[in-house]
Amino acid sequence: MTMRVWLENAVQDAERRGLSALQPLLEALARSTAALRTADWNVDAAGEIDESKGPNAR
Amino acid sequence: MPAEPRTIAELSRALQARELTAETATERCLSAIVERNPSLNAFITVLADAARKQARLADIDIAAGLSRGPLHGVPVSLKDLIDLSGTATTAASRVRQGHMATRDAPIVTCLREAGAVLIGKTNLHEFALGTTNEDSAFGPARHPLDPSRSPGGSSGGSAASVLAGMAYASIGTDTGGSIRIPAAACGLVGLKPTLGEVPTDGLVPLSGTLDHVGPICRSVEDAQILYDVLRGTPAAQGTRPQAARGLRLGVLRGYFMAQLDPQVATGFENGCARLEEAGIELHDVAIPHAGDIAPIYLHIVLSEAAAYHARTLESRADDYTTNVRLRLEMGRYILAEDYVRALRGREVLMHEVDAALDSSDGLLLPSVPIPAHTIGVTSVRLGGSDEPVRNVTLRLTQLFNLTGHPAITVPCGSTSEGLPIGAQIVGYRSRTSALLEVARAIEPHLGLGSSR
Repeated sequence: MTMRVWLENAVQDAERRGLSALQPLLEALARSTAALRTADWNVDAAGEIDESKGPNAR
Repeated sequence: MPAEPRTIAELSRALQARELTAETATERCLSAIVERNPSLNAFITVLADAARKQARLADIDIAAGLSRGPLHGVPVSLKDLIDLSGTATTAASRVRQGHMATRDAPIVTCLREAGAVLIGKTNLHEFALGTTNEDSAFGPARHPLDPSRSPGGSSGGSAASVLAGMAYASIGTDTGGSIRIPAAACGLVGLKPTLGEVPTDGLVPLSGTLDHVGPICRSVEDAQILYDVLRGTPAAQGTRPQAARGLRLGVLRGYFMAQLDPQVATGFENGCARLEEAGIELHDVAIPHAGDIAPIYLHIVLSEAAAYHARTLESRADDYTTNVRLRLEMGRYILAEDYVRALRGREVLMHEVDAALDSSDGLLLPSVPIPAHTIGVTSVRLGGSDEPVRNVTLRLTQLFNLTGHPAITVPCGSTSEGLPIGAQIVGYRSRTSALLEVARAIEPHLGLGSSR
């Protein structure tokens, strides 16, 4: 799920639940999640892993 | 007549020498509570009768030569998310209304066996989810030096109780900095041991993989005493600090110095200069992925907190304070794949802190980027931008909850308004005792002077 779709769904769901005050927090969370997803230590199924940035690197 | 003891070590010596009784020390704390708690709101529950009884029994035992160690007869407060049999564990929330603990948490058993006088249960940020103590069903705890300011949080009532002389120490919890933040804001010592060293059973959790338990007190020596007691090991008494000269400390730069109040920055650099004058070797170190700390922390803490609160968020949502409810609801929207990403990031940070510690006796950095803030203020201007107080206060402490390394805050001067500044020292995992030795050696050098 892309961040844009995730945020749209989350905001829509929060509004449905009467939690429209949650919108700015969800937007902040979306920015935080985007940062998490683009961190260079992430791995993916393509197998292009830079071992120098893995958890066993010193 | 000897000066009134301020630390556990001083009080213990006075009790053992029969210069003072535990009953007198306890009455002094209870008088301070009567006098100052109405304005500070540090305590949710005061256990005056039980404390008097425990103090009398301690006096009888000590007089009979049956001392249980340096905590025997010493008044201690507990953050009110720790189970104490026969009392409510409120977690500062209406959600816990009607709760009654039927047994002591294991750490309370350790405190009782060491002879501590349990004087009461202290205010906190609701369910420990916040760093200001402002969101509490019992109203905010206030700073003893200036009641218009926050004592920090989430263990804010604990720190206020110690600074105001209502207890000689308090037991708090620390999930992102909740012991070290209020201890630093109040000019006290606060220890977060290595992850998992002190049991969290019998405590209301915030985040199962990040929660730590530890003491807030007036000296590193007192933190050593309490650390031993909380682990159920015999507390050492009367040990001498090691020499400071020759110690090597890595100073965390970059991210950790980028957003500091100018007076905190000056106070910290002055502290570093004093350490170098004392013969301590300082060198700069960095955490390459420090910029990822906040996202990693947020995804773990909110996911784990949301899981614990999911049922009551559905059934008793209105019993939460608004801010805490909204933050918990945020956690319910985090995807499992992002939680897993955060766990991987946590491992990366763990290895980077290990690497930064290499060949050092510890790491050194400020404890909190700002001094105690005014209650009601939600953002501060730092480094040219407005930042939420919550994010700023967690910025320098949350890393070591993620990595599990032990960390302690020690007073490091004060601002021109007399507000305390703290310096944080970080040690090797599973070597908390060694960290305490280092902290004790440098404590007298860090604590001198102010940024004035």
